[in-house]
Amino acid sequence: MDKNIVLKTENIDKYFYDPVEFQVLKNIGFEVERGEFLTLIGKSGSGKSTLLYILSTMDRDYNGNLVIDNELITGKSVDELAAIRNEKIGFVFQFHYLLAEFTCLKNVMIPALKLGKFSPKEIEERAYEKLKMLGMEDQALKPANKLSGGQQQRVAIARALINDPLIIMGDEPTGNLDSKNTDIVFDIFKDLTRSFGQTIIAVTHDDEFAQKSDRTIEMKDGSIIGGHTN
Amino acid sequence: MNINTDIARTYLFSGKKMTAVAVLGVLLGMSIYIFMNSLLVGFDKASDENIFKNTPHIRLYNDDVISKNLVSDTAAEYLISNPKVVPKVNTIINPNGIAEMVQQQKEVTVVTAQVNTSVFYNNGKTQVSGLSIGIKPDEADMMYSITSSMVEGKFETLKSDPNGIVIGIGIAEKMNLVLGDNINLTSQKGVTKNLRVAGIFRSFNSTADDTKSYVNLYTAQQLLKENNVYVTDISVNVKDPYQAAAVAEKLSQLTGYKSEDWKESNESLMALSKMRFIMINFVSTAIMLIAGFGIYNILNMTVSQKINDIAILKAIGFKGKDVIRIFVTQALSIGLIGVVGGMLMALLMITLLKKVYIGGDIGYFPVDYELQKFIQGVVMGLVITFFAGYIPARKAAKVDPVSIFRK
Ligand SMILES: Nc1ncnc2c1ncn2[C@@H]1O[C@H](COP(=O)(O)OP(=O)(O)O)[C@@H](O)[C@H]1O
Ligand SMILES: [Mg+2]
Repeated sequence: MDKNIVLKTENIDKYFYDPVEFQVLKNIGFEVERGEFLTLIGKSGSGKSTLLYILSTMDRDYNGNLVIDNELITGKSVDELAAIRNEKIGFVFQFHYLLAEFTCLKNVMIPALKLGKFSPKEIEERAYEKLKMLGMEDQALKPANKLSGGQQQRVAIARALINDPLIIMGDEPTGNLDSKNTDIVFDIFKDLTRSFGQTIIAVTHDDEFAQKSDRTIEMKDGSIIGGHTN
Repeated sequence: MNINTDIARTYLFSGKKMTAVAVLGVLLGMSIYIFMNSLLVGFDKASDENIFKNTPHIRLYNDDVISKNLVSDTAAEYLISNPKVVPKVNTIINPNGIAEMVQQQKEVTVVTAQVNTSVFYNNGKTQVSGLSIGIKPDEADMMYSITSSMVEGKFETLKSDPNGIVIGIGIAEKMNLVLGDNINLTSQKGVTKNLRVAGIFRSFNSTADDTKSYVNLYTAQQLLKENNVYVTDISVNVKDPYQAAAVAEKLSQLTGYKSEDWKESNESLMALSKMRFIMINFVSTAIMLIAGFGIYNILNMTVSQKINDIAILKAIGFKGKDVIRIFVTQALSIGLIGVVGGMLMALLMITLLKKVYIGGDIGYFPVDYELQKFIQGVVMGLVITFFAGYIPARKAAKVDPVSIFRK
């Protein structure tokens, strides 16, 4: 397998059975290269979020294969997947961001404390760095539930970056941000791919955001209907 | 600090009110459990102490024998049978020899021969029926600690006073007797004897105080028109009264006489004690379980409230067992604080109630610090809180993050 392919899907199908049987993903197959900035677009209901949950290893209920970092993910146990997520994947999810009762700093630190690669003190320094990158360092010690949606989203992005993951996935990661902050996040993502070889897979509604990314995949009714390098 | 513990602690402190309510539940359940069970031990001890003032640990006696059929063939068609008590003397043959033999057993502390006779106490016109117990004063005192319950006179004067009698305070009051007065006894055999009051005891057992008296063994033998080897009972005390049944069995085999331990001779008191045991255990365990349900409820609520957090934690790589640890840590912390508080509360309750005087047969409130009950309560409290936390925690561990994120 090509050393440069960091994520690959093969013939992924997924069905929902409730309320009626319905194929939500049809024969999804694509590859993502290391350091690539990929965006997923498509109308609402086309299956983007569903696909992202599968790519994130949280949804195990599908047919086909998922390979991340040359490792077959499909069929692994829940605990193995949790460890893989912790180490290799960072997420920014739609609407669900932070643990409300913790400070922003703690929220950012938690995945790293879980991983346990660095000492708590180093982790705290790194967390401050990430918050600074997103312009949130002065909010670091505020409880997460005291922030606006946009601010929470930025902290969630900082948290996704804390373990220097191989892949960062986002479901509309800039959905709650104004154009200035959207640009900041875009530049951060771009820089991560260029300087550190990290890979971004982001669902977006923002056409401009998609156009500026390396490659865009368009979905419709559960199928990939087009992909183009920008 | 481990991140799971850290999260558990944050949840505990952010939901202070809920935590406090859960802690209070454990604290109350725990303290009542320990207190009630300590009280149970106290009741039993007080009751046993009372018993030992009147009953030896083991009694050896010659039991009545029922006549058997001469024909053992029960298949015979017409067998007229009329079993009767075989007429024979209910005495112990060679009581001194038997007493010596019993005394040699290592479990045995005191052995004394005893003759009981029902009597009428007469003084002028008043007549009171009762039981007179013929004893050897030294041995009997060791066995029943009569000296400690004397209110007038000295029990040991009985030794040097062949016509002395020590009576219960109830008899003394009814018959208006004081130390040195004469009292007339009529036995079941019609023998009448004039005795002098050498002492008065108060045992806090009203039946004993109203009917019982102690006389010298030979006085009792004379009252029954018997010679000086006539002994109906040999009373035995052992080192550990709670092992009395086993020793009784052994003594019976050794001597060939029937034996009865104090539990058998106080069956109704034992039944009462058993009932107390069942009731108090039932109620105190129920209270503990209710406290457990309290924690269960509160943790269940916490899990429902934190379902979004759980989904996020799982998304960023927390395993099911991490989630279980977070919530079980929460439960056990609540349990631990509640248990410690409950222990202190129980200590306080016992300290206060120990000083309350009830009077009657009981005296002071019969409760004491029972280490075993404290340990029992702590273990039970922690086990219950563990499960009360584990069940909701397992539910939390099974949360599917995708289904939460889709909402
Ligand atoms: N749990 C579910 N059960 C049944 N149908 C679902 C469920 N979740 C999503 N769907 C349906 O699957 C389709 C794809 O949804 P989704 O992946 O959220 O689309 P997108 O993110 O592209 O808007 C939609 O038609 C949606 O109604
Ligand atoms: Mg979506």
